[in-house]
Amino acid sequence: MALKDITLGQYFPGNSVVHRLDPRTKLLLTVVYIVALFLCSHVVSYAVMLLTLIACILASQVGFRPILRGMKPIFFIACITGLLNLFYTKGEGAPLVSFWVLEIYPEGIWAAVFMVLRIGMLICGTFLLTYTTSPILLTDGLESLLSPLKKLHAPIHELAMMMSIALRFIPTLIEETDKIMSAQKARGADFDTGNLLQRARALVPLLVPLFISAFRRADELAVAMECRCYHGGEGRTRLRQLKYARRDVIALAGGAAIAVLVGVLGHFGL
Amino acid sequence: MSNAIIKTEDLRFSYAEAEGISPVVLDGVDLAIEEGSFVAVLGHNGSGKSTLAKHLNAILLPSGGKVYVDGMDTVDEDLLLDIRRTVGMVFQNPDNQIVANVVEEDVAFAPENLGVPPEEIRRRVDEALKAVGMYEYREHAPHLLSGGQKQRVAIAGVIAMAPRCIVLDEPTAMLDPNGRDEVMRTIKALNREKGITVVLITHHMDEAAQADRLVVMSRGKVIADGPPREVFQRVEELKAVGLTVPETVELCWTLRQDGLDLPLDALSDEACAQALYHLFC
Repeated sequence: MALKDITLGQYFPGNSVVHRLDPRTKLLLTVVYIVALFLCSHVVSYAVMLLTLIACILASQVGFRPILRGMKPIFFIACITGLLNLFYTKGEGAPLVSFWVLEIYPEGIWAAVFMVLRIGMLICGTFLLTYTTSPILLTDGLESLLSPLKKLHAPIHELAMMMSIALRFIPTLIEETDKIMSAQKARGADFDTGNLLQRARALVPLLVPLFISAFRRADELAVAMECRCYHGGEGRTRLRQLKYARRDVIALAGGAAIAVLVGVLGHFGL
Repeated sequence: MSNAIIKTEDLRFSYAEAEGISPVVLDGVDLAIEEGSFVAVLGHNGSGKSTLAKHLNAILLPSGGKVYVDGMDTVDEDLLLDIRRTVGMVFQNPDNQIVANVVEEDVAFAPENLGVPPEEIRRRVDEALKAVGMYEYREHAPHLLSGGQKQRVAIAGVIAMAPRCIVLDEPTAMLDPNGRDEVMRTIKALNREKGITVVLITHHMDEAAQADRLVVMSRGKVIADGPPREVFQRVEELKAVGLTVPETVELCWTLRQDGLDLPLDALSDEACAQALYHLFC
């Protein structure tokens, strides 16, 4: 098991237009994109969305390969959803194919294609966001976008702080897991053979020390943060200030226009 | 002393009672740390030296006696931020003090907390990173740095707060010899060039020997206090509380036991060699 291969929220540093967009713009655009995806109803609107997505991926210079690689884990879900749509969508005319209890209608084929496309594009879009935005900027962007909720006493700053600390400690804890695994293996632990239950059992002597050490780290970190005058989000300033640039306004306007277009197209069943 | 930045008066501390026993960790510590000095606190495990360190910026509060930081009583909660901004603290494990996943963001953490304006934060971050020699690494991820580099980032994170005093609680304990050298050089430079008061908690004799003043602790009490070359001459006393002395002093002391007339104040290899040379020539 190669722990270093975990690509959770991976970021590809770069200097493309998409990278330089304000994280808030990208977050907003992602939301708009998802909403627009659900407004799609037929070939024309899907084509518009697909072209938009391809344009964005090209502009980001990330390349199609990492984005498609990210699709692997959802491949099965997409397949199953596609098959269910294929067989369970009842059309008005006669079925194209009919055997045993299964019937395939032309509408079913369309529904399956659209559903798979929708899931795929949904994942691609969100991957594009995390691939082009560093986790810190993403957290900053979220905090800034959600800050109006602070008036309702929602702990937005605390959530953002928790998220950034979690991101900070992921590599540290992975490293530690590797170390504990090696230590347990040296004592004869076996993580790689046996059935699922046995393997899950083998993880217990790994998780217990990992949790204990994580708690100890948390305790020390809390003291260190207090020593550096951390006292919550009140009166806090930031080194990096988020600023909207002209490209953000253009991107937001463009995104809104496409969403409206897709909405209108979808309304007319195109 | 009038220019003492930290002052403890009959400081006592015991942890909360558990099963009827409350272990006494600090048993009447009187210390005055002068502004601009470099003080090493030396002690065996369990001597109370880390507990003492935690009293110096109000992480722990005394069970008895007083601690004053620049005249402020650490018990006063209204002054907490001022106390912590005056006395910064660096801990043993650099991994557990770094908050952000970019070096400069981490160094900016303290000034951000203090509400310093962004331009001023930028200036302080750059200055702090240059002071510890980590400026070129400002955009790196901390987990990819070596132990010594991480600890220097942690030190930069504290000096960005512009403290007048830094307390370092065994900052080199988890580092390899190279990392220890880097950190010790950084600490000495901060003390000499920026005039920051340094309190170094350690159990390494050779690190303690580099300070201006050495405080030796055992069982919650200060048992020796003075310039390192004087303190280390009390070899028998130090050995009695389970501490060793620097190798050079150890050598001179062993030879003295055999009747040779050697001084015990040789802290560097050169001084020791000189002393031996003079003995025979």
